[in-house]
Amino acid sequence: MTIHQLSIFIENRSGTLIKVLEALKEANIQIIASTIADTAEYGILRIVCAEPMRACEELKKAGIAVAISDVFALQLDNKPGCAADVIELFSKAGISITYIYSFLYGGKGILVFRTDNTELARETITRNNLPFIDENALAL
Amino acid sequence: MIWNQNKECMSRDEMSALQGKRLHKIVEYVYHNVPFYRNKLQEMDIRPDDIQTIEDIRKLPFTTKKDLRDNYPFGLQAAPQSEIIRVHASSGTTGNPTIVGYTRKDIGVWSECMARCLTAYGITRDDTFSVAYGYGLFTGGLGAHYGVEHLGASVIPAGTGNTEKHLKLIRDLGITGIACTPSYALYLAETMDKMGIRKEDLKLRSGAFGAEPWTESMRKEIEERLGLKGYNLYGLSEIMGPCVSYECQEQNGSHINEDHFYPEIINPVTLESLPNGQSGELVFTTLTKEGMPLLRYRTRDLCSLMPGQCNCGRTSIRMSRIEGRSDDMLIIRGINVFPSQVESVVLSMPEFAPRYLLVVDRVNNLDTLQVQVELRQEYFTATFDTPAAIDDLEKKLASKLKSVLSISAKVQLKAPGTIERSQGKSAHIIDKRKL
Repeated sequence: MTIHQLSIFIENRSGTLIKVLEALKEANIQIIASTIADTAEYGILRIVCAEPMRACEELKKAGIAVAISDVFALQLDNKPGCAADVIELFSKAGISITYIYSFLYGGKGILVFRTDNTELARETITRNNLPFIDENALAL
Repeated sequence: MIWNQNKECMSRDEMSALQGKRLHKIVEYVYHNVPFYRNKLQEMDIRPDDIQTIEDIRKLPFTTKKDLRDNYPFGLQAAPQSEIIRVHASSGTTGNPTIVGYTRKDIGVWSECMARCLTAYGITRDDTFSVAYGYGLFTGGLGAHYGVEHLGASVIPAGTGNTEKHLKLIRDLGITGIACTPSYALYLAETMDKMGIRKEDLKLRSGAFGAEPWTESMRKEIEERLGLKGYNLYGLSEIMGPCVSYECQEQNGSHINEDHFYPEIINPVTLESLPNGQSGELVFTTLTKEGMPLLRYRTRDLCSLMPGQCNCGRTSIRMSRIEGRSDDMLIIRGINVFPSQVESVVLSMPEFAPRYLLVVDRVNNLDTLQVQVELRQEYFTATFDTPAAIDDLEKKLASKLKSVLSISAKVQLKAPGTIERSQGKSAHIIDKRKL
């Protein structure tokens, strides 16, 4: 139901992003999706990649502030309205989405998100039989 | 105008004799009332009777901020608590503030000295004078306030903040004099521009500026924009507060109230006394203080002494502008800030590496302090995957800093390993203020 996401603290200045990307390249780890939550002074880079645990270790070795977060990943049809239908279920259950992003994978839309109530979110996914993606399915 | 012709224009011989007499008395007083000084003097084999003339002062030990800290809170107080009628506190280097107790006589001397300053600034009992220093533990507000009352002018206890209302009062009440930090004076000028108040609308003609370093070009700008004459006012809470020295109409060096505060200049490294005219660390001995008298207190301020009669008629010795500090203390918005205070806060939070960088700047004439800290890699956990969580951490540090420093600092979080390990103390500081 959840996948491992890398959350990385990077300062807003030239050279910080490349340091992260170089470390992943060095370890031969492929990035599947990424997004950044940016503020005036720093950003939190969020990455879905192959072998997240090994990626995390490699980044730590490079001295980067990185943590593994468990985030939900639902697999939706690549059609208009699918995201709205799913999120509506969470909204009705009184769950707030902390952050969300999506990417295309194998012809399907993958919706990645964190909520303010993990337990209730799990329940909602189970009750509605929402199609989630297994992390191993993402491994290349 | 001179407030106390007798003291301010005393002949040099008479002044030296008075200082010698008072020095003997104060040494005798601390010897019998302050164990710290008695032990020090006994160790050096000095008895009060060895001190008879002002030249004998060189035999005496120095007192440092560290001595005040080590004897926190009342260890250097000479008068019994029943005689203390007021207590002020200024920031210390490790979180412990410096506590200064004043007897009724001390408050009287302070008011007298402050009245001398104000008179030199051209203030008389016909003036309406606004005190825009902070009131409270800081000596600026109440110190200036009592001086204005003693002089007999009308005091407006404006304090800091609420600048628009203050400007309205300056205009509507026809306030003629003001005491504040030089940076606050420039902030007043900015606010005037915003409110559409011209200097011609105001009756201000004299300003007492101090509590932070300022320059000749700042003076010109303040005088031009506020339409007044700006005078330096120097003081430090350990010695008394604002009133220790003051500029006269000549604006050429600050006259020291040397019948109460005896100045010396020393080499801060070798501690040897330096002749007049040479720059070094300013040292004060309180000649008349009862609450917390100090012998040869090292101010850490660097300047030189200027002997000789001034064109204003005063014979008292003058001190030059403060040229710098012999330690790493910063004066930000008039408040003393020591990097070690920031260090103690940063070290108390395990989320941060024991490294920091202080960036001081002046934006729109107000000092700003930014504290850069490094996030510790092992404390960056899954809970920090949103900016809100990072902001909370920054706010937690900012609020701790505020309670220790008494001024707000902006916290900036840096990635692990990005703040250079400093070689010396000063490497913790980037002061961008152009002074």
